[in-house]
Amino acid sequence: MKSASVESAAASAPSDKNSASEDSAGENFELRSLQDRFSESSRFDADSDYLLHLYEQMLLIRRFEEKAGQLYGLGLIGGFCHLYIGQEAVAVGLQSALQEGKDSVITGYRDHGHMLAYGIDPKIIMAELTGRQAGISHGKGGSMHMFSTEHAFYGGHGIVGAQVSLGGGLAFGHKYRGDGGICLAYFGDGAANQGQVYETFNMASLWNLPIVFVVENNEYAMGTAVKRSSAETEFYRRGTAFRIPGMKVNGMDVLEVRQAAEVAFAHVREGNGPVLMELNTYRYRGHSMSDPAKYRTREEVQNMRENSDPIEGAKAELIKMGIDEEKLKDIDKRIRAQVAEAADFAESSPLPDASELYTDVLVESY
Amino acid sequence: MSEVESISRTPAGDTRDLTMIEAINEALDIMLERDPDVILLGEDIGYFGGVFRATAGLQEKHGKTRVFDTPISECGIIGVAVGMGAYGLRPVPEIQFADYIYPGLDQLVSEAARLRYRSAAEFIAPMTVRTPFGGGIFGGQTHSQSPEALFTHVAGLKTVVPSTPYDAKGLLIAAIEDNDPVIFFEPKRIYNGPFDGYYDQPTRPWKGHPDAHVPEGHYTVSLGQARIVRAGDALTVLAYGTMVHVAEAVCRQKAVDAEIIDLRTLVPLDIEAIEKSVRKTGRCLIVHEATRTSGFGAELSALVTERCFYHLEAPVERVTGFDTPYPHSLEWAYFPGPVRVGEGIDKLLSE
Repeated sequence: MKSASVESAAASAPSDKNSASEDSAGENFELRSLQDRFSESSRFDADSDYLLHLYEQMLLIRRFEEKAGQLYGLGLIGGFCHLYIGQEAVAVGLQSALQEGKDSVITGYRDHGHMLAYGIDPKIIMAELTGRQAGISHGKGGSMHMFSTEHAFYGGHGIVGAQVSLGGGLAFGHKYRGDGGICLAYFGDGAANQGQVYETFNMASLWNLPIVFVVENNEYAMGTAVKRSSAETEFYRRGTAFRIPGMKVNGMDVLEVRQAAEVAFAHVREGNGPVLMELNTYRYRGHSMSDPAKYRTREEVQNMRENSDPIEGAKAELIKMGIDEEKLKDIDKRIRAQVAEAADFAESSPLPDASELYTDVLVESY
Repeated sequence: MSEVESISRTPAGDTRDLTMIEAINEALDIMLERDPDVILLGEDIGYFGGVFRATAGLQEKHGKTRVFDTPISECGIIGVAVGMGAYGLRPVPEIQFADYIYPGLDQLVSEAARLRYRSAAEFIAPMTVRTPFGGGIFGGQTHSQSPEALFTHVAGLKTVVPSTPYDAKGLLIAAIEDNDPVIFFEPKRIYNGPFDGYYDQPTRPWKGHPDAHVPEGHYTVSLGQARIVRAGDALTVLAYGTMVHVAEAVCRQKAVDAEIIDLRTLVPLDIEAIEKSVRKTGRCLIVHEATRTSGFGAELSALVTERCFYHLEAPVERVTGFDTPYPHSLEWAYFPGPVRVGEGIDKLLSE
């Protein structure tokens, strides 16, 4: 019924893992092996067509988020709204390496970009932000809580770090059913200080689960800089105590992210257990819409925008590859139109009926 | 037997006398056999078979992939189970004592209970968290608590408390088959024998008790269906878990013609059975072991008052644990035993 490897993994993973090779029991096990492999060739070899494809995905996230910011300002989006601007290369670089229909993704509250990178229709995402019936969760989830069974996208979770252990369960499911899938579990540098993350590291490593833990280190846990909140600021090292190999990746370069994903995913798919990836990135906007970002200087943000922007970087590379600038302008125009259409849809769709208040609480009403 | 009771009993095979632990073990065994998506996980539940032996022999029979030990990480255990449920499995995590469930509260409240709603039913978290609760075994304040009201307060969770081996098996199977997260509180004082609150008398075994006759094979006791333990006209007693046995003993000794209702599930609650009974008797006693303030009895009292006010002959009465931590040495002073339950009945009948 179930594969024998799962059987042994669930119960006696530690000994199995240690006996895999002599080295693995030693000090170095595989802590650095992935980083070393990644260093050998740290950028994905993409032709101009493929880079253009990734560029378009990043640009869609950027324009979508800009529009969401506007709609928030107009009062059409209420409550909480966490924009992904600046971090686009992470979701696009990683998720472009997933096998759709096989793998699963779970993330925290900054989830718009992860959904868009999955190719989910911007209209129904925007309609969820405005709380409409046509939204992907019928307006019941809102910005932080969005799901898609079709894309095996398991949310969208508003409690910092809570999604990580769910990811452990998803990875268990992949392994138990033997479906060949892996789980990509995102969390931030802030969530990395939650205890349950480490409970999950332990279980995932103990049971050799197919999971990639991704720390999106954007340098600020809401308003607190990493160095003020974290004793170990090199997050990729934090799996060491659980024998989880780590990788440190420049999250502002989509091809570097993609290459790191190739290395990490292959390791996990081969049945070697979890990997911890730290993606160094930066968010240009506040933590949420109500955040004036007074904990950092304007110059710091400006410097990142001017020198490290993932979209501008890809654009420069595309032009160098011979892509016509006019073509890039047309793409931007098309994406702006697509986003404007999503916003119109999100504004004009009806709110959920009041009767929806009591639906989907339990299987049946009582 | 009442109408309510006769509907819910659908024996599937020959009956034998089982303890509550044996009944729970059998329910788990049957579900592991029937549904490959059922998975048991928890601290010491695999190789060791559980500290109360509820999972004894199940790893050996069903393998280490289906029944396995976890680290001591309650939040992680529940979190992983939510992910398993969302994926499509049907996990049955055990939290070794209900007192240990608090680290997992974040996952139960914010994830398990809410996944269905915020995904507009695209994702569900079917899972049954089994956990022994209640006092009577000198566990002191961290091995005796009854935290059920914390969970009935959370929209999106179901809360179940069996009081007999028959119900334990049928309710547990129903809980595992249910597509919502269920907190299944097992009254540990009555795992191995019914307990009527007379702590100074010899313990009795389940063997020979009418509710210990447990059919073989698969059957369910529907969630949301109370059991009329004893029909009567003088007053209605609402109880669950161990306290059902205490109430029964007191009414028998005092020869009070009480109608005792075993709620079986707190959410969903069989409010119709309660309403029907209180309208008939006009008096209502609520008994639970948990502390009094904001206990489930407060909710029951409000419901009875809202729905039966003009039928009441006396104010609703509660007999509960005190608003203190569960004491070690004064366990029997805390436990709402036969004396206090008897006083509650006297007070209600004197009005």
